[in-house]
Amino acid sequence: MAGLVGSLTGLGGGVVIIPMLTLVFGVDIHYAIGASLISVIATSSGAAAAYVKEGISNIRIGMFLEIATTLGAVGGAMLAVYAPTHIIAIIFGFVLIFSAALSLKKKNELLIAAEGGKIANALKLNSSYPTAAGEVNYAAQNVPGGFFMMVIAGLISGLLGIGSGALKVIAMDHFMKLPFKVSTTTSNFMIGVTAAASAGIYMQRGYINPGLSMPVVLGVISGAFLGSRILVKSETKWLRILFAIIITFLALQMIYNGITGQI
Amino acid sequence: MSKEIKMSDYDIEAVMGRLLITGVIISGSLILVGGIYYLIQHGFSIPHFKTFRGEPSNLRSVSQIFKGVAHLDSLSIIQLGLLLLIATPVARVIFAVVGFFMEKDFLYVVISLIVLAIIAYSIFSVAAG
Repeated sequence: MAGLVGSLTGLGGGVVIIPMLTLVFGVDIHYAIGASLISVIATSSGAAAAYVKEGISNIRIGMFLEIATTLGAVGGAMLAVYAPTHIIAIIFGFVLIFSAALSLKKKNELLIAAEGGKIANALKLNSSYPTAAGEVNYAAQNVPGGFFMMVIAGLISGLLGIGSGALKVIAMDHFMKLPFKVSTTTSNFMIGVTAAASAGIYMQRGYINPGLSMPVVLGVISGAFLGSRILVKSETKWLRILFAIIITFLALQMIYNGITGQI
Repeated sequence: MSKEIKMSDYDIEAVMGRLLITGVIISGSLILVGGIYYLIQHGFSIPHFKTFRGEPSNLRSVSQIFKGVAHLDSLSIIQLGLLLLIATPVARVIFAVVGFFMEKDFLYVVISLIVLAIIAYSIFSVAAG
């Protein structure tokens, strides 16, 4: 289920897994983060194959921005050691609400700019993607803004063990003005790489527990294969609403439990 | 951007997609096998995750995991599967380096190598916890 939701929204599933493990099963958030990071990778890799066939994701944008996300991820993973669990839970909740709010704020589906900025052109970030009406060209804008957002996204991903796909989508959707479907699928492409960058550190520290990760990962893999099949067909508006409702609910729960010290 | 470049971009992605799926399936099967084996060995007793202790050192490093697998330790088999899963996105970046190199897109060869270096730092540097 988490895998399904994750790949649908480009989130990576972690936002559902961590609250579920900590709130429902009472797992220490450090273990939950470890398991979540692994499942984030599984979702990303599992769903990627299907997206790739559709030719939606932009591998150059993804690779370029991964410099930012992996740097952030390594930093975030190192920070995670020093942060107590209830602080992590509270940050987690606020990040979720923030991303839910931002994702509903503005739509970016029609409008695609044909002219990219100077940096976008130099980096060959502009491309086209297939829609019902044929190939649509798009261009990337505000590359530095997007890059900066990606460092933040990576940092949060490493700290909280989520794919922080929401923030990645925001960076591409709002800052760089890329079409929503391109943002989600490219974000999915990047999430796996970002999570791998922090997972290395988590594994060395012993945050990755085989007994806990096993059922989570198996569930997520099966979900991811299903989800990527649905996205290509479904409407983006429906996705945004689903995505916002789920994360807001989970966020409130996490903040409440963080403040009352139940995590 | 010419049509030709776009085609080979697409080829890179297509091979990458197959690579990823294969990686996920192999690691998923390893985790499943290890998991079933673990349940046979230990039954369905629920372990305690409420407090954080950190995994024992034999499940942390690559060489220790392989040693455990050689002894048919179920947790080590699962951990190997997890390790392989972590490796799939890394393989994707390595593959991108090769792909961009074949396209003679050296700017992106460099970009991909930077990403690879950052991940390598994360996996191999022994970050003191």
